[in-house]
Amino acid sequence: MTRMWIGALCALLPFVAMAGEGRLLATSGATSLEGAAGGGIMPWAVLSGYGERGEWGADAFATRVETGDYRLDAVGVAAAYGNRVEFSYARQRFDLGTLARDLSLPEKTLSQDILGVKVRLFGDLVYDRLPQVSLGVLHKRQRDFQIPALVGAARREDTEGYLAASRLFLGGAFGYNLLVNGNLRYSRANELGLLGFGGDRRDKHSVLKEGSVAILFDPHWALGVEYREKPDNLSFAGESDWSDVFVGYFPNKRIAFVLAYARLGEIATLDEQNGAYLSVQGSF
Amino acid sequence: MRAFLIAAMLMLAACAQQPPRDDALYRDLGGREGIAQIVEGMLLNVAGDRRISAHFQKVDIVRLRVMLIDYFSQETGGPQDYTGDTLEESHKGMDLSPTDFNALVENLQAAMSVQGVPVRTQNQLLARLAPKRHEVIDK
Ligand code: HEM
Repeated sequence: MTRMWIGALCALLPFVAMAGEGRLLATSGATSLEGAAGGGIMPWAVLSGYGERGEWGADAFATRVETGDYRLDAVGVAAAYGNRVEFSYARQRFDLGTLARDLSLPEKTLSQDILGVKVRLFGDLVYDRLPQVSLGVLHKRQRDFQIPALVGAARREDTEGYLAASRLFLGGAFGYNLLVNGNLRYSRANELGLLGFGGDRRDKHSVLKEGSVAILFDPHWALGVEYREKPDNLSFAGESDWSDVFVGYFPNKRIAFVLAYARLGEIATLDEQNGAYLSVQGSF
Repeated sequence: MRAFLIAAMLMLAACAQQPPRDDALYRDLGGREGIAQIVEGMLLNVAGDRRISAHFQKVDIVRLRVMLIDYFSQETGGPQDYTGDTLEESHKGMDLSPTDFNALVENLQAAMSVQGVPVRTQNQLLARLAPKRHEVIDK
């Protein structure tokens, strides 16, 4: 399945060579940890790359989050056509660091693959009367299920959906452009899915709210906050909601950087997992 | 954090209200003189922009310059009235795409930056023009 998806993305590359840059700088956002275009810890309704109607857009990203006890690496690619539909693939690797040492766990890392599709339903980020609203689906597959199974996860593979609404208000914040985004997600992923899906406490999908606000101080710089609800399906440890404060830098339509301070709370019994988030994105 | 987000969204709802119709933006752009320089800069940029320059090849640029200055003045609360055709009428047959539109926006932004127009003033002009996009594209 994963290989097929990568194959499909590679097949898209010749088209990407004629990718357009029809959208305005920074309006494709960055890439979220799960591979879909967005902020850092959540997708937005925007589609990856800078393609407008009739154009391809694509990007590749690499992100690292360091919390002291843990480290999360995510890499991936995404392609979108016509500012309408986006396909994405991401691989996450979660380094258990302290926990693996203290408990002499059988594995030191947890990994998963995430395939995504996002469709813009209606609206436009900048121009329409309606905000841009997109529907996304993520299919996630845990690659190291031994530890998740041990702590009570119910399944290694699952599909989740989200509805995202995004709007850029020109001059909306004291003359500066303001980006507002809200999502509803339907998911039962434990810690993004790194700890499997569903659990001994709860094995049903939950409706989770996510939101973010960013101010663009000029076309190149954005400062924002994000908040993401998370489910709490496993009884061995609590799962915290996530939030972050970020700075995004868009020097041009080819490259973007995001630096954030992320508050990830309790992860797999270790509390206060807060730390730096750094992401680099190349667009084609 | 959540309270902050909600507060930010409420604030935004308040900010998103239409600004009062006065000539503040017209004056911030430097009046007719400032707008003339912005329009001239934009037209120069457009002439060198291969994405859209073809559209302007057979156009009476002297007239277009005056029309655009009048139009921007009127839209920003200035005293002059725009006397040209409606936007729908004047872009008919051009079949402009969203990409063409953004290309013009980028040329306008670049012209304003060169004139030293502050980002917040630039955004306000763009906010007045953005709702007109549907009158201009796909005609
Ligand atoms: C909100 C955005 C726009 C505004 C406010 C605007 C405004 C105007 C105005 C006031 C005129 C003069 C009409 C007349 O002569 O009576 C005009 C003409 C023209 N516009 Fe636009 N325009 C916009 C977008 C565009 C775009 C995106 C393009 C192409 C990329 C474009 C290309 C032209 C051309 C080629 C003419 C000359 C038509 C002619 O004289 O035959 N405009 N525009």
